[in-house]
Amino acid sequence: MENDGYLPLVLAMVRTGIFTYGGGSAIIPLMRHEAVNRYAWVTDDEYGEIVAVANALPGPIATKLAAYLGYRLKGWPGAVVGVLANILPTCIAMLLLFGALSAIRESRIAQGMIAAVNPVIAVMMGMMAYEFGEKAWKGLGRWFAIAFGALAFLLLIVLDVSPALVVLLYLLYGAFHLRLVHRFQRAKQRDRGTSA
Amino acid sequence: MTWWHVLVGFLLPNLLGYGGGPAMIPLLQDQAVTHYHWLSNAEFANVLALGNVLPGPIATKMATFIGYQVEGWLGLVLALAATVVPSAIALILLMRLLNRFRQSDAVKGMTAMVQPVITVLMIALTWEFGKTSVLKIGWIQSLIIAALSLWLMQWRKVHPALVIVGAFAYGGVVLPLFQ
Repeated sequence: MENDGYLPLVLAMVRTGIFTYGGGSAIIPLMRHEAVNRYAWVTDDEYGEIVAVANALPGPIATKLAAYLGYRLKGWPGAVVGVLANILPTCIAMLLLFGALSAIRESRIAQGMIAAVNPVIAVMMGMMAYEFGEKAWKGLGRWFAIAFGALAFLLLIVLDVSPALVVLLYLLYGAFHLRLVHRFQRAKQRDRGTSA
Repeated sequence: MTWWHVLVGFLLPNLLGYGGGPAMIPLLQDQAVTHYHWLSNAEFANVLALGNVLPGPIATKMATFIGYQVEGWLGLVLALAATVVPSAIALILLMRLLNRFRQSDAVKGMTAMVQPVITVLMIALTWEFGKTSVLKIGWIQSLIIAALSLWLMQWRKVHPALVIVGAFAYGGVVLPLFQ
């Protein structure tokens, strides 16, 4: 089966749409599995970038990811198809089942089903955290990764700064990071040159 | 002119709701209940609670139901469009810009610098879902399901959707026995 046709796009979006329980962010690891591991539409690094930029924008995260991945595959029509495939099943269910939802909500079986998914999602998030931590380690170097990771932890968790703001700050600094590192290294080499 | 209200009423919460679906809920409530009187507070809470029974993003489920209630199919389409389109277009345009300068040091630095933020965001989400899980089904079962799913996904490379189906089955069959 071709990986970059409309059918894989629709299948991936329907799957991630109907298995995302516990809030929109639960889609992040599921979508990664489809886009990176299963169909190889984007690399892992790029996926991390997409998630970060998506986090810096308002609106639901799931539809942003669906729209962009569809766009990557098939341009603007792909974006439309991606979003519709991702949200239509649950939207239709919302209209058709609305009367029955309160009964479903009261049912112990449904409650149990929804509750039991939480640890699975937590593990998926943890796996992603580990892998992106590894990436930061390799991409930035050990000390930068630890320093910027600790700073992000301080801002996001301790000070409760909005993720959008933190992502924007990091992107802004990131634009100059390599230039600064190069300049620093050159200065170091010059120092060595003069002291030798 | 109600269709215009539907568009604006959904556009505002989605443009100002930073932090995805949950962040826009109070803003949407302000528009739908306080400002336009489309539905009462109790009705809004009910739509929200019932929407949470279904999978997928809460914002689009709310838009579908409330838009349809207010203005029929046109309302549904407008509410969904206001919820989805602006942020989707913004992401596509931003990513196009990043991809155009993929080879520049600036974009390389941005990509690298984003990794520690994503790591911490994911740690926060792990914590959130873990906390919810412990609250709902307790330590022991949470840890057992977590360990099993880690083994299945990391070492057996099982598709996450299948692991979720497995959790559904367990939750539907076994958990009701404990309650």
